[in-house]
Amino acid sequence: MNAPPHPGAAGYLWGRSPGLPRQYTPRMRPLSFLDRDRTVAGSGFSRWMVPPAALCVHLCIGQAYAFSVFNLPMTRLIGITDSAPGDWKLTDLGWIFTLGIFFLGVSAAVFGRWVEEGGPRRAMFTAALCFGGGFLISAAGVYAHEIWVVYLGYGVLGGIGLGVGYISPVSTLIKWFPDRPGMATGMAIMGFGGGALIASPLSVWLMERFTTPSHIGVAETFIVLGVVYFLFMIVGAIIVRIPPPGWQPAGWTPPAQPPKLVTTANVYVYRALRTPQFWLIWWVLCLNVTAGIGVLGQASAMSQEMFPGKVSVIAAAGFVGLMSLFNMAGRFLWASASDYLGRKNTYFCFFILGTVLYALVPNTGRLGSVGLFVLFFLVIISMYGGGFSTLPAYLKDMFGTRYVGAIHGLLLTAWSAAGVFGPVLVNYIRAYEIAHGVPKADAYNATMYLMAALLVIGFFCNLFVRPVHARHHMSSVQAEATLVPQ
Amino acid sequence: MSSPTPAPSGTSTIRLILAWSFVGIPLLWGVLETLRNALKLFQ
Repeated sequence: MNAPPHPGAAGYLWGRSPGLPRQYTPRMRPLSFLDRDRTVAGSGFSRWMVPPAALCVHLCIGQAYAFSVFNLPMTRLIGITDSAPGDWKLTDLGWIFTLGIFFLGVSAAVFGRWVEEGGPRRAMFTAALCFGGGFLISAAGVYAHEIWVVYLGYGVLGGIGLGVGYISPVSTLIKWFPDRPGMATGMAIMGFGGGALIASPLSVWLMERFTTPSHIGVAETFIVLGVVYFLFMIVGAIIVRIPPPGWQPAGWTPPAQPPKLVTTANVYVYRALRTPQFWLIWWVLCLNVTAGIGVLGQASAMSQEMFPGKVSVIAAAGFVGLMSLFNMAGRFLWASASDYLGRKNTYFCFFILGTVLYALVPNTGRLGSVGLFVLFFLVIISMYGGGFSTLPAYLKDMFGTRYVGAIHGLLLTAWSAAGVFGPVLVNYIRAYEIAHGVPKADAYNATMYLMAALLVIGFFCNLFVRPVHARHHMSSVQAEATLVPQ
Repeated sequence: MSSPTPAPSGTSTIRLILAWSFVGIPLLWGVLETLRNALKLFQ
C-alpha cells in the first residue's frame, strides 16, 4: 500500500477524503471544485459579481410563490377540460406548496451549519440538485399520476433545495459588503420575491406550448423548469467567491467605535439559541410575517369583497400583481435603508407604520376609497418583504458574521410558523364574522385590528432587543478551532 | 487550517455586464409582465 504523500507535496490541497489522513487529499478528488478553499477570490475579483451569483439562486427558488399556477391544470390531468373522477383535488394539491415551505424552514435550520462551513458553492450546487431534481421527480409523479411522488419531489426534495438555496449566499454577501450588509442581502432576498414574477408567466407560457386537446402539459413544463433552474443555479455556484481572510473593501475601515447594537464578536450557531435576542428576533420575524402573509393570500378576495362592484376580478388580479412588485421592491429598499437607519429602527418603522395602516384599512372600506386601500396595502406588503431582507443584517449585528447564515437558517422556522398562523387567522376570523351576520364588506375589519395588535406585540419584542452578552461570544481559541477561513 | 487556493484573478467589466444581464433580463421581463397585468387595475 502506498503511503500518502507529504501534505506539502504539489497537487495536494488541505481537506478531507475517506481513506486518507484527514488533512490532505488529492487535487483531482471528484467535486473538489465545490470546496470552500477553491472558492476564495483572487486579487482583482469584483465583489459586484457576488450579488448576481446569489440572484441566480434566489430568482429560481422564488418560483415557490408561483406554484399555484399549476394547481388548476393539475386538477384536470385526466378530465382535460374539467375535473374527472380520479383527478387530484385542490385540497390535495395545496399540500405540495405547504410541504415545500415546511421543508424550507426545516432544511434551513438543520443544514445551516453545514452550509456555513461547507461554503456557498457546495450549498448552491446542492440546492440546484435538490430543486431541479424535485421538479424532475414531480414530472414523473404527474406522468404516473401518483401524487405522493409529487409530494416527495417538489415538497420534500424541492423544499430542501429551497431552504439550502435561501441561506446559501447570505453570509458570503455580508462578508463581501461589510459596509452595506443590508443592501447586499436585500438584493439577494429581493430575488426570491422576483422569482415568482418570472415563474408565473413562464410556467403559463410553457404549459400552453405543451398542452394539446388530449393532454395537459404539466409534466413537460416541470421537466423544462427543472433543467432550466438547475443550469441557472449552477451558473451562480460557478461565479460565487468568498473573500480572502482579512479582506476589506478598498477605502473602507471598520468604525473604531461600532454602534451599540453592532457586535464585532461571533456567537456559535447553537449558542445563539440560548440568547434572548434570538427568540425576540424570532418573534419579530414571525409577527411581521404573520401580519403580511395573511393578507397576501387573501388580497384578491379582500379587495373585491370590501369594494363590491368597484373592483372586478381582473382589477383584483392587477392588485395582486402590484403587491408582488412592492413585496420585491420593499426587500431591496428597506434592507438598504437599514444600513443608514439601523436594523432595530427599521423594524420599528415596520411595526409603527404597519399598526397605523392596518388600523386605518377598515376606514378605506367605509370611505369607498379603492386608491387609499391599494396604497395602504402596497406599503404594508413592502414592509412584509423588508422584514425578510433586513433580517440577515440584523442577525449579523447581533451574532457576528461567522455563523450568520446558519443562525438565519434556524430563525426561518419563524417563517414556517407564520405561514400557518397568518392564513388561518385571516380565514377563520372572516368565516366567524360572516357566520355571525357581519356583511362581507366589513368581515375583514376584525382581522385588520388583530393584525395591528400583533404588530404592537412585535414592536415590544423589538424594543427589548439588547446587545448579546459577552459570555455568549466565541473565544479566539474557539474561533480558531472551527477552521473555517474568514 | 487550510491554505486557500485563489481562484483566477481579475473581473473584467464585460464579465460584470454579462453576470448582471444574466439575472437582470429575466427579472426585467417578469417585472414588465407583472406591470402589464397590474395596469388592468386602473382601466
